[in-house]
Amino acid sequence: MLRLEQRPQPSGLMLYTTPIMAVLATMIVGGVLFIAMGINPFKAIYLLFIDPFVDPYNLSQLFVKASPLILIAMGLSIGFRAGVWNIGAEGQFIMGAIAGGAVGLALWDVEGWWLLPLMTLAAALGGALWAMIPAVLKIRFNANEILVSLMLVYVAENFIAAMAQGPLRDPNGFGRPVSKNLERHDPTSLPDVFPALGIDAGGLMMLILLALAFFLLQKHALGFQIKLTGESPRAARFAGVRPGVIVAVCLGISGAAAGMAGLFELTGAAGTLSADFGLGYGFTAIIVAFLGRLTPVGILLAGVVLAGTYIGGENAQFVLKLPAAAVTVFQGMMLFFLLGFEILINYRVKRLRRAA
Amino acid sequence: MDFSSLSPVAMIVLLVGAATPILLAAIGELVVEKAGVLNLGVEGMMIIGAVCGFIVAVNTDSPMLGLLGAMVGGAVVSMLFAVLTQYLLSNQVATGLALTLFGLGIAALMGSSYNGIRPPRMVRLDVEGLSDLPVVGKLFFSHDPVIYLSLVLVFAVWYFLNRTRAGLVLRASGENHDAAHALGYNVQLIRFGAIMFGGACAGLGGAYVSLVRVPQWTEGMTAGVGWIALAIVVFAAWKPWRVVLGAYMFGGITILQLSLQALGISISGAYLSMTPYIVTIVVLVIMSADRKKASLNAPACLGTSFHASH
Amino acid sequence: MKFTKTLAAAAAMGLALAGSAYAQDPVKAGFIYIGPVGDLGWTYQHDQGRQALEAELGDAVETSFVESVPEGADAERVMSQMARSGVDIIFTTSFGYMDPTIAAAESFPEVKFEHATGYKRADNVSTYSARFYEGRYVIGEIAGAMTKTNKIGYIASFPIPEVVRGINSAYLAAKSVNPDVEFKVVWVYTWFDPGKEADAANALIEQGVDVIMQHTDSPAAMTIAEEKGVYAFGQATDMSNFGPHAQLTAIIDNWGPYYIERVKAVMDGTWESTDTWDGIGAGMVKFAPLSDQLPADVAERAKATIAAIAAGELHPFTGPINKQDGSPWLAEGEVADDGTLAGMNFYVEGIEGELPN
Repeated sequence: MLRLEQRPQPSGLMLYTTPIMAVLATMIVGGVLFIAMGINPFKAIYLLFIDPFVDPYNLSQLFVKASPLILIAMGLSIGFRAGVWNIGAEGQFIMGAIAGGAVGLALWDVEGWWLLPLMTLAAALGGALWAMIPAVLKIRFNANEILVSLMLVYVAENFIAAMAQGPLRDPNGFGRPVSKNLERHDPTSLPDVFPALGIDAGGLMMLILLALAFFLLQKHALGFQIKLTGESPRAARFAGVRPGVIVAVCLGISGAAAGMAGLFELTGAAGTLSADFGLGYGFTAIIVAFLGRLTPVGILLAGVVLAGTYIGGENAQFVLKLPAAAVTVFQGMMLFFLLGFEILINYRVKRLRRAA
Repeated sequence: MDFSSLSPVAMIVLLVGAATPILLAAIGELVVEKAGVLNLGVEGMMIIGAVCGFIVAVNTDSPMLGLLGAMVGGAVVSMLFAVLTQYLLSNQVATGLALTLFGLGIAALMGSSYNGIRPPRMVRLDVEGLSDLPVVGKLFFSHDPVIYLSLVLVFAVWYFLNRTRAGLVLRASGENHDAAHALGYNVQLIRFGAIMFGGACAGLGGAYVSLVRVPQWTEGMTAGVGWIALAIVVFAAWKPWRVVLGAYMFGGITILQLSLQALGISISGAYLSMTPYIVTIVVLVIMSADRKKASLNAPACLGTSFHASH
Repeated sequence: MKFTKTLAAAAAMGLALAGSAYAQDPVKAGFIYIGPVGDLGWTYQHDQGRQALEAELGDAVETSFVESVPEGADAERVMSQMARSGVDIIFTTSFGYMDPTIAAAESFPEVKFEHATGYKRADNVSTYSARFYEGRYVIGEIAGAMTKTNKIGYIASFPIPEVVRGINSAYLAAKSVNPDVEFKVVWVYTWFDPGKEADAANALIEQGVDVIMQHTDSPAAMTIAEEKGVYAFGQATDMSNFGPHAQLTAIIDNWGPYYIERVKAVMDGTWESTDTWDGIGAGMVKFAPLSDQLPADVAERAKATIAAIAAGELHPFTGPINKQDGSPWLAEGEVADDGTLAGMNFYVEGIEGELPN
């Protein structure tokens, strides 16, 4: 009989080895799946796990895909640390893109260095305000923020559909429910910063905010209060932490981060607002936050690995004729293994001897 | 505008059909949440049910066996979630999302050779004499068996949760898992069972889509119903009968939107489609504002892991 | 993203140079799909076209595809990856791939791009689309003749010109054979949601509709029509599997011949940027076999109409036609120009209900 026993301290060794174990397990089980489908497992795994990180072109796309995931996950992780469960980042991402995008579309003929910062500000505000709805309802009415924020995702999805169909539609677009392209319009296109890795101004902003989050959690009093609230709400209350403030701050930060991510996606990658603008980044980022164990460095790594499998998955489709669904299964499996192996950090497996 | 051609009876029959997959998935998720577990993988389990049900029905030529296969499929895939969250203590939100991703992928792989096939038809439960009655016949006696089953299931869940000891224990695990454990109950096992029940219900809901509502298999055909089911549980304040109300209201809004258009009335689809979610939030707020009432409904341990350290 | 483009282009040049050493290499054609190949609608038909291309040219061509590619940055990346892998011609099969296609084409001037249903072109970007409204004229005529209740249901996706054009064309045709005909249009605001499409079909049937047309992707409405004993038309692909009695015919998106022609042009070195908008005449729009349920005269007239459109003798939009508000659009004998058709954002006179905006 096996039994789990809590470790007195989280294992430092396991912290670093469990992700490797999980990836190895994914490779083995995934390899079996690929063999069953008649696909060379070594080639498939090379394309999914190695190629995205060695091929120069793939590398130049890495942060295009990873940045929004990391930025959103960073914001979410601060809330998760405090036990504030915002799972509506997808909605905040969309609302941020709408708010920032609307500014850009309204000032279409204007040029100026301040335009993109202004749009970013609008996006952060849009996302944060959208996140304030669950915050206020939580503080004032004790409404569960998981559920409210999730409901608001659907509202946001319908809202962007209405916007793309209505006021934000490109008047010269032959009636298609799509906005003008902000990425292919110089004043509103994000400039490149470190293109070899696909880092544009949005990616740079993401890295700065990630460093700030690290600082907040490690050094700042607010970070301490956030962590304390998550670990022991009672102790936090004794320490004079006002739970309402923590809820508002956490949702505000995560909403603003998701909103900015939405704008960076709009002005750096997607270009246009349409009903299909949200690609599920807000949900995937939740997984990234947990895979990164809610730490800034972990999130950075998790975001990069997941982005790699997206990029590799596309390659595997046309190189090996791997169906898109097989890539999805593979990713799902990797997430399961990563989540499952995590237990070894805080627990160890003990063999129980039968009592004599 | 001439509303006379809008038959309420016909609309109710339609809305019940649209609501039943949501109802089935939601009543399962309700039990899961009552046990203190939040499984966001409903969409994944539904699509697995849709494809399993379809495959079994086509190969055995029996829609009933198909439904059974769907329940088994949904329950089996939910076990992945159960093992991870109950025994490996992984985060429920993240695991549920991963389950949806995984389910959508697996279902597409499984169903790839079943495109373009018509499954055997589900018989309608026509009761001799009764089904031909005006209004009443069409309203109550001319549905497919799954619709009756779904209502029986709601009653069974209500009875189980409120009138049986086992139901009390399940609620206790969701309310205060430490206390339930201290009383000698195996919280993990109870939750494991609840999760599998939720998986079976979601699978059944998925198969209702692929075998009854739109008898066909196409990739991604549940198109977000699982997420709506999650909303309905909240809307229902974790009360079984209110799940029926919520699911039927949601189905009603969908059908009304389409029927009004068929009548020639223009409506803005996007804004109308938002309303169920906004209403859900309002209901949640009203319910939560009264803390005494809220504590009677929302499981206090929802979404938290439990590990018996002693 | 300028650096990326330079980098990608440099790599492509390298590959192109390496490739030229083997002149007999098969031509490589890549396809990018918006949905899964199993959607039984839009993407499925493009994949049928790809398979037709393989069947026709055999070893001389090598095809590959990526399915379910989101519009935007992901699409551009997939195009670039394909181009870098040495693909000679890339077909991008969704309207939303328009800007990504243009962007990828700038990075890979050596690679030919073919964008379906768009309007932006470049030296190495062609556009192609089908005159589905010609097909809709034919089925509209059949529907007008077959309806007993004089009510025809139309399940529409989004109020974009492509869809509006189809509704107008079908209505004019139905009206021409049956002056009492009435169209009931339901907008579902999705291309693919079998449940909702089925509900829409049911709602229409409840309103007395006995012939259903659709401009959404799944065969859901067809299965409902079969069950309820009304008629319907297949969309994009032959859906008679789902409605052996219900399907009167189907408009088939027949991309194969175009794909074959374009890949051959690459082989011959005669490929150049073009704008193709072909219909029944060129075989891009085809029909499933006419149902036995059609009375002889209806079937005959349908065949005659198909022949007339193919021969260019009949244009579905020939005046006099007024707009819905009664204002004149086309004078007697006047034929609609392609520009107006491409941006069509109004109903023709006689259709009830407001076109959503």
